[in-house]
Amino acid sequence: MTAVLTPVAAETVEEAASPSPRRTFSVFSHAFLIGWALLTTLPLVWAVLSSFKSDNEILTSPWGLPSEVRWENWVRAWGEAHIGRYFLNSAVVVTGALTLTMLFGAMAAYVLARYQFRGRRIVYFAFVGGMMFPVFLALVPLFFVVRNLGLLGTLPGLTLVYAAYSLPFTVFFLTAFFRTLPTSVAEAAMVDGCGHFGLFFRVMLPMARPGLVSVAIFNFLFQWNQYILPLVLMQGAGAENKWVLAQGLAALAVNEGYQGDFSGLFAGMTIAMLPVLIAYLIFHRQFQSGLSAGQLR
Amino acid sequence: MRGKRLFIAVFLLPPLLLYGIFVVSPYAQAFQISGTNWSGLSPTYEFVGLDNFTRLLGDGYFWTALRHNGLLLVLLPVATILLGLFFASMISVGGRADRVGVHGVRGAGFYRVVYFFPQVLSVAIIGVLWKQMYAPTTGMINGFLRGIGLDGLAVAWLGDPRFAFWCVLAVLVWMNVGFYVVLFSAAMQSIPRDLYEAALLDGANRLTTLVRITVPLVWDTIQVAWVYLAIIAIDGFAIVQIITDGGPGSASDVVGLRLYKTAFADGRFGYASAIGVAMFFLTLTVAVMFLRVTRRERVEL
Repeated sequence: MTAVLTPVAAETVEEAASPSPRRTFSVFSHAFLIGWALLTTLPLVWAVLSSFKSDNEILTSPWGLPSEVRWENWVRAWGEAHIGRYFLNSAVVVTGALTLTMLFGAMAAYVLARYQFRGRRIVYFAFVGGMMFPVFLALVPLFFVVRNLGLLGTLPGLTLVYAAYSLPFTVFFLTAFFRTLPTSVAEAAMVDGCGHFGLFFRVMLPMARPGLVSVAIFNFLFQWNQYILPLVLMQGAGAENKWVLAQGLAALAVNEGYQGDFSGLFAGMTIAMLPVLIAYLIFHRQFQSGLSAGQLR
Repeated sequence: MRGKRLFIAVFLLPPLLLYGIFVVSPYAQAFQISGTNWSGLSPTYEFVGLDNFTRLLGDGYFWTALRHNGLLLVLLPVATILLGLFFASMISVGGRADRVGVHGVRGAGFYRVVYFFPQVLSVAIIGVLWKQMYAPTTGMINGFLRGIGLDGLAVAWLGDPRFAFWCVLAVLVWMNVGFYVVLFSAAMQSIPRDLYEAALLDGANRLTTLVRITVPLVWDTIQVAWVYLAIIAIDGFAIVQIITDGGPGSASDVVGLRLYKTAFADGRFGYASAIGVAMFFLTLTVAVMFLRVTRRERVEL
């Protein structure tokens, strides 16, 4: 677990450019590597290029370049197709849910890791056990729980559900992390008259920062990319104004198929895709270690 | 001492409350609802015991969906892990061996960044993107085939029951390989280089070193990858729902989609919960089984 957390080792030393009998193999292996690199990037590049095309260009030459840069596709997708609104909804829900997840997760994990009390193991396994169950098992009852609370089709409802479903992993990971922090610092702070609350907020949280960042990135991707939960919970009258990005985009794909606004669809896709891709390109080490930590549970 | 009790209560109760309402109680209720004939429309329902489960056994749609999940369960981990190991070993130890030793190829960092792209995109974006890629006239795949003169191979990929499932499988492999390349190459970083140098001196070729040295030393990681890919294979909902919606007919249906449609299109909540319970036991069985089968002596360094 911790091994994965250490950022991927910096680039291995590039070899000296000495000719060698293994050259042919090197060319061969590079062909495969470049092949897969093209396979992962070309579809994305194609989507971005298509977002500038006219519908006619998309229909007649799928591989052609756009004849001019048509930002109006983006404007149409953002406004008329409501991608802007969905984007904002996603941002609101994920900001709230991520804050709640990190706060509640850190609180529970800290107590479970550092305090002895009756029922501690039961509480810990209740949290961690949630990782074993497929979310599909919960879908039907969850729909009714949220509806009975009057939260169906509302942003606060979705926020609470996202946070709740992020807790098992967050508690599991942060409990392990808080255990690794040295006890001497905590004891020194206590001697200096620091209370339990002060100790947590002023000493422990800052010390746990590397762990918190990893979990936060994992939770961000989990929540931002969520599809099944909003699909089930954002139903009912007027709910389409509250849709999140993933859901809105999928609905757009169905509708634009009928209406033939392909360029608008590609523009919407590009708008949805670019921010996370750019953030990833800037912070790719943190993303990769955060996600590996998250999936290696 | 009272301060400590208060502190524990204040810190533990809010998370527990949130978790109890939205996670624990639905999971617990699911088992109960699976024993009812609840239609959702009526507030009342009856307990029908195991009726839903016996009906499930005779449900042809369910078995078709289950067969697709079964195929995914075998093919997705095999294809993804093989590709992941292949690329990761080239990236980590595929470079030339020279005086300095064995190391990664040129541009290893670049590949690790680019291969990971699909991992950060949401399943919805990937689904919509590939639906467009496969589109009969406007899609990039048929555009490419026509461009190189293979018009005969340009077919309606998603509209043809023979291809739909394989198209979905290809997307699932495409979106997952990058993560396992990064995971495996991180594991390979910790293998001492002199093992490879010794093997090369003994005249071992690359395939032998991969099978005899790399795979045994990253076996733990492969095992984890297997379990995780199996869980993805049992799900498969978002990609299937967006790309083919299970069609044409039920040519690419999966159990998750069956559950979703049974509940939220047909309103048969009791029966849908029974499908959920079946999925739960399937996940559990597969996880336990894989851990058993893949257990091996750990290689100590």
